[in-house]
Amino acid sequence: MIQVEQLSKFYGARAAIRNLSFRIDSGEVVGFLGLNGAGKTTTLRILGGVLLPTTGTVRLDGQDMMSAPRTLRARIGFLPETPPLYEEMGVGEYLAFVAALRGVEPGRVRSRVVETEERTGLAALDRERIASLSHGYRQRVGVAQALVHGPEVLLLDEPANGLDPVQNVEMRGLVRSLRGDHTVLVSSHILPEIAQTCDRLLVIRDGELVAQGSEAELEERLGVRAGVELEIEGPAEIIAAALRAVPGVRAVGVEPAAGGRALLRVEASDALRPELARVAVGAGARLFRLDVSTDRLESLFLKLAGRGASA
Amino acid sequence: MSAAVLIARRELRAYLRTMTGWIIVAAVLLIDGLLFNAFALEGARPSTEVLTRFFYFASGPTMVAAIFLAMRLLAEERQLGTLPLLYSSPVRDRDIVLGKFLGALAFLSGLTLATFYMPLLILVHGHISVGHLLAGYLGLLLLGAASLGLGTLGSSLARTQVVAAILGAALLVSLLVSWLLAAVTEPPFSGLFAALALHNAHFPAFQSGQVHLRDVTYYLLVTWVALFATTRVLEARRWR
Repeated sequence: MIQVEQLSKFYGARAAIRNLSFRIDSGEVVGFLGLNGAGKTTTLRILGGVLLPTTGTVRLDGQDMMSAPRTLRARIGFLPETPPLYEEMGVGEYLAFVAALRGVEPGRVRSRVVETEERTGLAALDRERIASLSHGYRQRVGVAQALVHGPEVLLLDEPANGLDPVQNVEMRGLVRSLRGDHTVLVSSHILPEIAQTCDRLLVIRDGELVAQGSEAELEERLGVRAGVELEIEGPAEIIAAALRAVPGVRAVGVEPAAGGRALLRVEASDALRPELARVAVGAGARLFRLDVSTDRLESLFLKLAGRGASA
Repeated sequence: MSAAVLIARRELRAYLRTMTGWIIVAAVLLIDGLLFNAFALEGARPSTEVLTRFFYFASGPTMVAAIFLAMRLLAEERQLGTLPLLYSSPVRDRDIVLGKFLGALAFLSGLTLATFYMPLLILVHGHISVGHLLAGYLGLLLLGAASLGLGTLGSSLARTQVVAAILGAALLVSLLVSWLLAAVTEPPFSGLFAALALHNAHFPAFQSGQVHLRDVTYYLLVTWVALFATTRVLEARRWR
């Protein structure tokens, strides 16, 4: 369990973070959300032992990071915003170096490297030089170096930074797969990205924690209406009427979409998605897409992290 | 294996796998060879004097090589964003500095020993003592280690390798020319500045085949102070 209390970091008179307090329980996957410059990286660097705070404490299972820094750093895996890679090394060689540096016994280093490579999809690249890897694979090696010593806590600073959509999906899958085995704190400035991955969100704005909770809790607190979008072909008004009859649906809007299709915007909880799909198809719809409303996520993000907004 | 040894091994491999390391080796061997041929072998001299001149002329390229080898040690880590890997590992800052220094020292030692073919030529064609040979190489290694320490300190202070090399060179030259200050100051400062001179005050004994404890102590002390200061710089960076 990570306990952060009254954490502040000042650069001269400017506060990068101010009086941050939060707690992350063992096995949780928590998203750290904020705009660029909000203080996410500074916080993660302090938790990772790279930076020292101006004031405040960080405790891991009750032990203070300041009083036992090296012992605790061995229990933490940290992926900085730029993956710290030695380009002249091979992937396996690099991971073996990191594992040994972080205290893995010499006899277990190779098995840890193999296990980590399999988990992060790098098994085929064991002998590949890091300099020759694509951006996506470099990010994976970055995650692998944070994982290789089997840490209890993983701190991932924008792991999907600069990835293409396919790599992004793969990275989300990788982060999701860490649930249960590790306590994960993953930062991002893209809400949909971490909303799909995390159990809970911590929202930081101008160095201060402005909200925390699950996506649903935050929506409720901020009065953001949950919504689902369906892209269909078929008798749109009849299908909309059928959807309005589903218990829990507050309203359904119909808009034309490309290719003669219709976009139905349904004000309802995410949990109703299977039921909405069944009813729409039953009413004669050919369903092309069903998704959480992007408008809603954007609205939530702006309310949470946007400058001048209040949570 | 200790963290310092692990880091040292990685550093050594980095020198062996990148062009920079080999360019420095080639440049130093070329310059050493040219200086040896042009100045040490010039005219008819006793073998011992030729060997003394070889060590004298080899000392300059050794110091320059040390600065160029050291410039990347910490500045490159900052430039490439790899320093957080070391900072977030359960490693003491002094082990990071020591590991980096030892890796560079191992490479510099290999480079210095690669010049052995020149004294070997003197040995084959003339008469020199093994003691003179060992003392000279010990001097080169100690001078190289001290220069490397100063270069490492310069590298810890800089964001780029070019600035690191300039800072390292400035520190090195400050100690090299401190005898100039000795000439224009009164005792006890003149004595202090004269004793601090990195080359003039301490290397001539080695190049002549003599090993004095005060010279060995001086070079070890310069190296230790530079590495100690580098460790403090690294520790201070955790606050920034």
